[in-house]
Amino acid sequence: MNDNMPADDRKLKIKGLTPEQKQKIRWELEGDCCHEISPMQIDAEYIAPDSLENIYASNDLCKLQNTSGPKGSYVNRLRSIDELLERDKQREKDGFPRKIRVGRLVKPRKGDKEKIIVVPTTVEEKFLHEKRLSPAEDEPSGGSGRGEEGEVIHEQPLHDPETQGGAGSGQGDGGQHEMESNAYDLGKILTEHFELPNLKDKGKKRSLSRYTYDLTDKNRRFGQIIDKKATLRKIVETNIILGNLRDMRHIDPTGFLISPSDRIYRILSREKDYDSQAVVFFLRDYSGSMLGKPTELIVSQHVLIYTWLLYQYAMQVESRFILHDTEAKEVDDFYTYYNSKVAGGTRVASAFRLVNDIVEKENLAADYNIYIFHGTDGDDWDREGQESIPELKKMLTYANRVGVTIAEHPGSAGNETEVEQYLKKSRLLNEKPDLFRLDVMQEDADETRIIEGIKALIS
Amino acid sequence: MELIDQHTKKIMEGCKDRARAAGLCFEDETLEYIVTNRDLLELTPKVMIPTLYDYWVHDVEILKEKGRYELYPGNPYETVINTRPAISFYNDNNPDWLNVMIFYHVLAHIDFFQNNHFFRHTWDDDFAGQALSDKRFIAKLRSEKGRWVDYVIEFTRGIDNLVGYHGDLSRLNRPVQKDGSKRLDYYFDVFLQSVKNVKIHEYMKEIKRFNECIAMYGEFGEKMFFSNIVKKYPEFEAFFDRHIKENNNGNGDLIQFLIKNSDVLRKDDNRWMTSVMHVVRKTSLFFQPQIRTKIMNEGWASYWHETLFLKDDRINGHEVDFARINAGVTALPRVGLNPYALGMRLFQNIENMGNKGKYDWEFRKIEDVDIRKKYNQNTGKGKELIFKVRNDFGDFMFINTFVDQDFVSGNKLFVAGRRLNSAKMIWEYYVKSRKAKDYRQMLIDSLYHPPHIEVDENKCGDHALYLVHHFEEKPLVKDLIANTMMGIEYLWGGPVHLETSEVVSVPETRNNVMTSAFSPPQQKEIKEQKVKWERVVYTMENRKISKKVL
Repeated sequence: MNDNMPADDRKLKIKGLTPEQKQKIRWELEGDCCHEISPMQIDAEYIAPDSLENIYASNDLCKLQNTSGPKGSYVNRLRSIDELLERDKQREKDGFPRKIRVGRLVKPRKGDKEKIIVVPTTVEEKFLHEKRLSPAEDEPSGGSGRGEEGEVIHEQPLHDPETQGGAGSGQGDGGQHEMESNAYDLGKILTEHFELPNLKDKGKKRSLSRYTYDLTDKNRRFGQIIDKKATLRKIVETNIILGNLRDMRHIDPTGFLISPSDRIYRILSREKDYDSQAVVFFLRDYSGSMLGKPTELIVSQHVLIYTWLLYQYAMQVESRFILHDTEAKEVDDFYTYYNSKVAGGTRVASAFRLVNDIVEKENLAADYNIYIFHGTDGDDWDREGQESIPELKKMLTYANRVGVTIAEHPGSAGNETEVEQYLKKSRLLNEKPDLFRLDVMQEDADETRIIEGIKALIS
Repeated sequence: MELIDQHTKKIMEGCKDRARAAGLCFEDETLEYIVTNRDLLELTPKVMIPTLYDYWVHDVEILKEKGRYELYPGNPYETVINTRPAISFYNDNNPDWLNVMIFYHVLAHIDFFQNNHFFRHTWDDDFAGQALSDKRFIAKLRSEKGRWVDYVIEFTRGIDNLVGYHGDLSRLNRPVQKDGSKRLDYYFDVFLQSVKNVKIHEYMKEIKRFNECIAMYGEFGEKMFFSNIVKKYPEFEAFFDRHIKENNNGNGDLIQFLIKNSDVLRKDDNRWMTSVMHVVRKTSLFFQPQIRTKIMNEGWASYWHETLFLKDDRINGHEVDFARINAGVTALPRVGLNPYALGMRLFQNIENMGNKGKYDWEFRKIEDVDIRKKYNQNTGKGKELIFKVRNDFGDFMFINTFVDQDFVSGNKLFVAGRRLNSAKMIWEYYVKSRKAKDYRQMLIDSLYHPPHIEVDENKCGDHALYLVHHFEEKPLVKDLIANTMMGIEYLWGGPVHLETSEVVSVPETRNNVMTSAFSPPQQKEIKEQKVKWERVVYTMENRKISKKVL
């Protein structure tokens, strides 16, 4: 990144940026960040495992009798979730805010990108003391044994799989009661209960190597189900030939002969099925300015979109993940996509260009419905969108939907961000509302807002 | 759920005899149930009370929120339930010797429930029975009123951590006061001084007259004394009545205040809501002492299961098995807090110190370290002392009184801190302090302590409800304020104000943003900054929240 600096410096001068913008860019450039993969934990909640025993967490059943918490599977709960979401809808009608949250969603593990943790939670709101005032250090706990004051007695890696797993068992009430679900189920919930739209136009139907079995073939003499109409017809036919049916006005079926081969049956047969398929590009700005909330927001939203598409296309979704700062690169899995740390400057066009390249090179447009979702905080060094807009226009020629999410920093409220400005200026939003959507939210948006955002992007 | 078999019940009865002989004190009847995973699935959301009222949140309750215990005073895996008879739950495959140990533990819990004064309000009723009738009542209401019952439950539960538990408790333990002397107190302490502002010599004259009346008429003296007063101040009785009304009952906690004063709830159509609110309040009150005695309760139970098990002749040959399990229960963790270990050691320490007479005045006068160390009067009063502590103390008093430097040093306890080392990407646990004062403070800080919020009637004004959150250097969790207040507004039927304190937000710099959520907070030299506070008022009106700085 440091290699870029002189060139960038030049650019700064040429473009005549405002001091603020310069500072912003400098901050992105000079920050000592790099794109390493950060540990899975995203927020303080995850960082604080329950390894520190809490006074109230322990209980007789698990302490004395070694009983682990009850294990209820995801499926057990699903029906009640249905009811609960129904209730939630009713709440809204009654004028109270919704209460069920899908909760923290994303915790993809490496090499297992189908697994997503769903935590449908609800909070009972009460007046409650904030526990921590400073985030720098945890609440102190108790300890016993040797060690001088100030001595470090134990080290725990930030990313400690052992403190992550083991949903609920033996954790008492402090434990993480999570439900694992595959992305498909989550997509189902999202679609059905958060009223995300169903895809109306599933695009061009294409043949896949998928088969269904159906009672479509006919067979004489034997089979699964007798086809009465066809059999009757056949019998009549046979008897006409035999001459048992001379007078059309006085048909006497008792005189009919029935040959075994007159019986027509339906039998199971393999049918080639037709279905649509999709490829979805997730683009994430991982420049330095994306640190913190914006990234969290964007990835959460992307997971939700991903699950929704997965459901809509009955698992026939291919996903591609692209990260960009000033350069764009494709990463293999959601894990890397999700966990790569932010650093560097911002050039939105680079990501768009990479998508266009991939689509062209792999000839994706011919075979797939293409969805592109881009998440950013709205900063772009290319302030006028001189590079981005042409790339975007190119994308719109083949994509089924391009959705851009901007997670604004709190300071920028009121002022439109650069990306927002040039997108609006380009008038693409008005010209192609069915292809291109923009959603701007504050970086502290909650989950409801995220889902609203998805609706805006995909409906 | 089924009861334990006769063989196991016989073991339990044997344990009861031995526990009684050791001095524990509990009612004869107990119920022991075997629970399966399936039972637990149903029971845990209901805090192990099988008869608790149904509420939809129980069905989802997949909570992963911080401060879980602050929201819910009941432990969802409680093994012993403070009902009459007391109920306890067991795995179906426990070996006999383990059951002996658990039974002792359970019996000590029951002893604690039935003797500790923090549980005073639960002594006279069977909660399981009450809960069952409440459950039926709520089910019936639900069939009539539908989801509105759940809204009332929800909104009342929103404030059920503010129940006036201590107020109720103190009323229960208060000596009975005669009305007569109350009148006298009011006359001399308030009426003459504040209402009438009489001169000192007149006041003295009244005292003299009172003494004369008593001397002359004996027990009717007071009556005679007041018969004259009514002539002199005809308004006295009215003043006194008003005073009684204002001060005697008070308005109780927020739930009680709403039940009494809310316009919405007063409507005939809505009277049923108050019954639901009573149920929620009662349930919350039931769990209050449990969470306020967790360390003591578990400590007491651990102390006794260890003491009694080792003496039990029925378990010969299982000493090693016991030692393993017991160590798991009562070992002090290297980092973390274990109420079993801590409470048990405190009780053992108190007994030990009591036996040596180290809580006596004589000992306290001694300053010489050596003499203090060797001091032993062999009073043999340790047992008596721990029983007294079991009767009268709660967790806060327990810790505040008995966690001293000797205890902390003797058990090698320390305050453990955790900090992030971003260079190595690890959490470091380190010894923060070995001072008893710090350790005590850490313990006290980790105790259950809901915010202290009261109604300020003087500021209520027309139709509004004014709540004051007393400042204790802790702000409220902001995310939860709006919806909680909306619930109160629903029950109150008018605008609701909440006065609370918040940390003055420092304008965020870019660097601060950097340390925020996504990447782990970066280790920096953070100077001890003095936190600045400001008083703010939240207002909830027509389901819209607004905030104003005072």
